[in-house]
Amino acid sequence: MTKQKKEPLVRISKRTSGLPTWKAWGIRVAALAASLVVCALVIYAIVKMNPLKVYGAMFEGAFGTNKRIWVTIRDTMMLLCIAIGLAPAFKMRFWNIGAEGQILVGGIASAACMIYLSKTVTTLPLMLLMLALSIVAGAIWGFIPGLFKAKWNTNETLFTLMMNYIAIQMCAYFVALWENPFGSNTVGVINPQTRIGWFPKLLGQDYMLNVIIVLTLTVGMFIYLRYSKQGYEIAVVGESENTARYAAINVRKVIMRTMAISGAVCGIAGFLAVSGASHTISVSTAGGRGFTAIIVAWLAKFNTFVMILISALLIFLDKGSIEIASRYNLSNHVSNMLTGIILFFILGSEFFINYQVKFHHGSKREARA
Amino acid sequence: MKKYLAIALALVIALSLVACSAPAGQPAAPAAPADPAQPAQPADPAAPAADASAIKIGVILVHDENSGYDYAHIEGVKAAQAALGIPDSQVIFKYNIPEDETCFDTAIDLAQQGCTIVFSDSYGHQSYMMQAAVEEPDVTFVACTGDTAAFEPVDNVANVFPYTFESRYVSGVVAGLKLKELLDAGTATDPYVGYVGAYPYAEVVSGYTAFFLGIQSIVPEAHMDVQYTNSWYDPTAEAEAANALIARGCVIIGQHADSTGAPSAVQAQLDAGKVAYSVGYNIDMQSAAPTAALTSAQNNWAVLYTATLAKALNGEAIPKDYAAGYSDDAVMISALGASVAAGTAEKVAEVEAAIKAGTLNVFDTSTYTVGGETVTTFLALDTDGDWVGDTGEAISDGIFHESTLRSAPYFGLRIDGITELN
Repeated sequence: MTKQKKEPLVRISKRTSGLPTWKAWGIRVAALAASLVVCALVIYAIVKMNPLKVYGAMFEGAFGTNKRIWVTIRDTMMLLCIAIGLAPAFKMRFWNIGAEGQILVGGIASAACMIYLSKTVTTLPLMLLMLALSIVAGAIWGFIPGLFKAKWNTNETLFTLMMNYIAIQMCAYFVALWENPFGSNTVGVINPQTRIGWFPKLLGQDYMLNVIIVLTLTVGMFIYLRYSKQGYEIAVVGESENTARYAAINVRKVIMRTMAISGAVCGIAGFLAVSGASHTISVSTAGGRGFTAIIVAWLAKFNTFVMILISALLIFLDKGSIEIASRYNLSNHVSNMLTGIILFFILGSEFFINYQVKFHHGSKREARA
Repeated sequence: MKKYLAIALALVIALSLVACSAPAGQPAAPAAPADPAQPAQPADPAAPAADASAIKIGVILVHDENSGYDYAHIEGVKAAQAALGIPDSQVIFKYNIPEDETCFDTAIDLAQQGCTIVFSDSYGHQSYMMQAAVEEPDVTFVACTGDTAAFEPVDNVANVFPYTFESRYVSGVVAGLKLKELLDAGTATDPYVGYVGAYPYAEVVSGYTAFFLGIQSIVPEAHMDVQYTNSWYDPTAEAEAANALIARGCVIIGQHADSTGAPSAVQAQLDAGKVAYSVGYNIDMQSAAPTAALTSAQNNWAVLYTATLAKALNGEAIPKDYAAGYSDDAVMISALGASVAAGTAEKVAEVEAAIKAGTLNVFDTSTYTVGGETVTTFLALDTDGDWVGDTGEAISDGIFHESTLRSAPYFGLRIDGITELN
């Protein structure tokens, strides 16, 4: 009996020459469309409702009124800002899952300024000071794991994760310190009457300044990563540290510098959250967005402009799910399911972009042979 | 490398899902003693004279119906709807709204959808509701369990709060009778009571003091320790606090926190042979602690919602503070558990009748001392923002009048016999 090596029915191989951009995006759009179809089936099967009505309600939840549009924009900008902060670290293959903590320390710095300096410093210098301090705070929070990685090769995943918990505990301490009223364990809206330290209205919009700051960062980070020498160093260190060393790149310096930058941008996100959105600080100021932003950064392949789309999609899903929960009395579990299905398909599409799937049709012929 | 990417992505999704499902906020749990001398306005439902379509109601909830606290609010609104003939189309519920700018956004959004009155159910929503009230002057914003409406610069805000201290006192009587039974039988030698509290502020202090005074009305030598969890809803921390208190020798565990953590822990200890019984809050705890649960202090939010909405329907002004207790059926205790002492039901009926009649005052200053002294003066209200009372004398005629100067409780005295452990 001759041993015949059977070919598997399905063969998966890595695409050697990357797909053309239009094809890759075609796959992504197809995945999104497929996910909507599956969601529609789930909606129909479980809650017996017209899926188109549900989608319509989701759209209205995110864009139904001027106010909703701006809230969607504000939250998109916040998520985008964090993803921009994570991009350089992840491009360097430095697993910074410490954005939560970096946001929180930036937020604590901003809130401290709003609370302690509201009577002595005028608005413009106060805003600049808050920005500067949140950058410094975030940079320090990012730099520490960077330093340990560079000097002692510690595991950055665990290190940044643990830094989150330190930041959360610090935040809990400050919330207790600033709580208002005493014993309530909430800080409440800071300076509700004077609005000192709040983002001013620009062009008649409360959140225009958020948009300007984050879009500036979007462009800036794109240029930094794509065209600057430091951006190139980050890419080389990410691909191979040995190559980087061979090219006389100071790997340690790049790691520490990049993590400081990464933390600094996340610190700005904390500033946006406190001064530009909630006007308060709590342990949930970051609210898991530091983790969600990792998906944004990865899906966008660190292209900050693509991140805009992905942030907007995630925020849209979020706002939409709140609306359908309210309008159709669907519990949040249903909307979480829908979000899960859509993310599953989008993430799955990356597989088909990176790998080729060949179905083998010749197995019968080989069996005869 | 791509393989690692895939693994990383999977990790990221897992992490973000965990992060998303993390508790979003803390529901404020009400607690407050009552002043029977001054009966609250009756919640007159009956007459839905005005056109129900003239008002539209928005309700902001910190969690959804799976939380006992929020469930009580949802049921309260629905009962008010039924009483006043307000159709479902006139009510918008917003679930799982955290205590941050989302609350402000939601409040504004509800106003823009045509709501004429917006309620929020958690303490932490309050400052965002007040902020929204400035932007939407034609809409009334009611922060349930809040305490600042009276001092806000705008008029379209209000606070409501049940006299939870009354039901806590009655639940304390139930606990006291059980304690007496244990002492008489020799099962327990030390009249030692434990209390799992959320946060060390007036709402909680007022509640545990009322509970303790209820116990002392039966067992005068009782003493109590309070362990805080620093969360409104944390089943694990509440269970740990209950276990710690039982380990110290407590035989009755009361609670001012929103989960079944403490009653479940007490039931486990009882099953393991310890002497321990539980008094719950918000919901009947018999499903969590079938033999350990004695009763729970409860609020009947329907009364408060009905009264407030009736005013809104009739075009009357909504008072900045509204509180109600036993005499309006706004508070109650849950069905008595299997383990209560003999004669409990009769005693409870007697105490409830006395509270309704105004002959029993929960915070009668002759029943407790602070630092060995009887209290004669207490300034309840703070107007300058330092959270120390500077106006509003709460004590007169030997009675501390709780929740009459404003709806939210302000009894912040630490009376003798109670020790805060943390």
